Amino acid sequence: MIPTVPQSSVLKWSYRAYVTLFFVYLALPLSVVCVFAFNNSLFPSLPWEGFTLAWFFGTEAPFIGVFHERSILRAIGTSAFVAVWVAGLSVAVGTCNAFLFVRHDFRGKGILYILMLLPLIIPGVILGISILVFASSVANTLEDATGRWFDGLRPGLILVILGQFSFITTFATLVISARLQKFDRSLEEAALNLGATRWGAVRQITLPFLLPAITGAGVVAVLMSFENFNTTLMLVGSDSPLTITMFDKLKHGSTPVLNAVSLLLIILSATLGVLSLLFQRSKDKD
Amino acid sequence: MRSDQSKLGFYLLLSPLLLWLVTLIILPHMGLFAVSISEKVGVREYETGFGNYAVFFNEPLYWRTFARTAIMSIMTTVLTLLLGFPIAYYIAKLMRGRAKTTLFLMCLIPFWVSELVRTFGWMILLRETGVLSNFLQFTGVIDGPVEFLYNDAAIMVGLVYTSILFMIVPLVTTLDSLDDSLIEAGYDLGGSGFSILREIVIPHAMPGIVSGCIVVFMLSLGNYLTPILLGGKDSLWFTGLIYTQFITRFNWELGSAFGFLLLALSSTIVFLGLKLSRQSLTNTMGR
Repeated sequence: MIPTVPQSSVLKWSYRAYVTLFFVYLALPLSVVCVFAFNNSLFPSLPWEGFTLAWFFGTEAPFIGVFHERSILRAIGTSAFVAVWVAGLSVAVGTCNAFLFVRHDFRGKGILYILMLLPLIIPGVILGISILVFASSVANTLEDATGRWFDGLRPGLILVILGQFSFITTFATLVISARLQKFDRSLEEAALNLGATRWGAVRQITLPFLLPAITGAGVVAVLMSFENFNTTLMLVGSDSPLTITMFDKLKHGSTPVLNAVSLLLIILSATLGVLSLLFQRSKDKD
Repeated sequence: MRSDQSKLGFYLLLSPLLLWLVTLIILPHMGLFAVSISEKVGVREYETGFGNYAVFFNEPLYWRTFARTAIMSIMTTVLTLLLGFPIAYYIAKLMRGRAKTTLFLMCLIPFWVSELVRTFGWMILLRETGVLSNFLQFTGVIDGPVEFLYNDAAIMVGLVYTSILFMIVPLVTTLDSLDDSLIEAGYDLGGSGFSILREIVIPHAMPGIVSGCIVVFMLSLGNYLTPILLGGKDSLWFTGLIYTQFITRFNWELGSAFGFLLLALSSTIVFLGLKLSRQSLTNTMGR
């Protein structure tokens, strides 16, 4: 079934109807989340009690809006802190990996490449518990040996950052490698002929060429880190990131303040997503 | 001198990769296995043995949950493939230019939004006082409020929703590269719509189908949020058991064994999927 081959109109219209229905299915949950952020009721459900902005700006209990709800603001701060670290680390390591896999041939490259892809097929919960178990046993050994405390290796933000970093790096590596593969090496050679040092040529020629991919990978890393739940759940300590905080509130019954946070999250992720696509677009033009 | 420098550069590039893989992937998983085969016999005293695995096989609740998780994940995978394939085909083959980009983007947006938010949306829709129940009452299909949440169907709806985009994206990518003239040639040679689908379209889309199925299966198997929030108290999911052993019961040995079993199951299915379709991990995942 392609446009150039005629089809019966019944088939064509039922196909179209199915596609429409599918997009309704896609849009429905997100739309209700957004709509109920403006419901003037204590529960995110029907009946509709009228329009309000209290779940964003409200200051009086029980109508405390997002911008005045301490626990949520703190969780957003924690998430942002984690996301920045994860993005920085994974982009840095991802760039190194890209150079290694695209530029070098060595024994064991195939195996290392498969190992690099493994985090994609390990369930997030397993990544979380394996890092938790490993970090704790290292901490136990160190504490027994030195008699000091190693709190950084106990559940907490450092482990959350490491856990998210452990699989987001794979995505960063793939995005940056794809771009590096398109790079014309004669540009670098020209720089070397003109007297640049090796590192100078990479810094002034190759890295600027990679910049769209690096930025795009960074944006995707921030997005993935902000939204990660499974790995984070197993590694979280007393400071919980936004998704964990929201999950706890959701389990204990929720007010529409969660809808308001979700609406902000939807806007944020849509913006970041479109941004990462724009970087990809500028990538294709060169 | 030159080669020394590039050797140095090579090792400088190799070290972050090795540091990452060894300390965060390889050693933790070996450690997980080591913990899973140790049995607690006293305070800080352990013995090596497969007792934790024996507990798993002797307690019907555990292995039934395991089987249930696996079967429901397979059902999710099949369902997402059946539902997603026509959509991917529509986007890749029947749309052109701006309309195509827009439709594809509309598919991507829910996938960028946190899974928590998506699940929350389904809770609002399906709960007793929710949108669907009220809508059906309004149209007169049902008389009183009905609870659509907290059953297996709700879990399936949620799982399909969270993972269908991972099916559509690789499918669109592979179908996009299928030349229309091949399909035209199929029709010219007298093929029916079905035989063209079977002989031309599906073989071409195989890498996309495999990578989509692997990702969807893995995501459902390892999912925690959707079954817990949409499934309610009685519907068990294996990741929920792992969480209970680790965080609530503090029985890390049994929890590690559970974790390892889940890992083994997902790796086996991924391996079988790749073998059956004669694809390699590098081709399907590396893209």
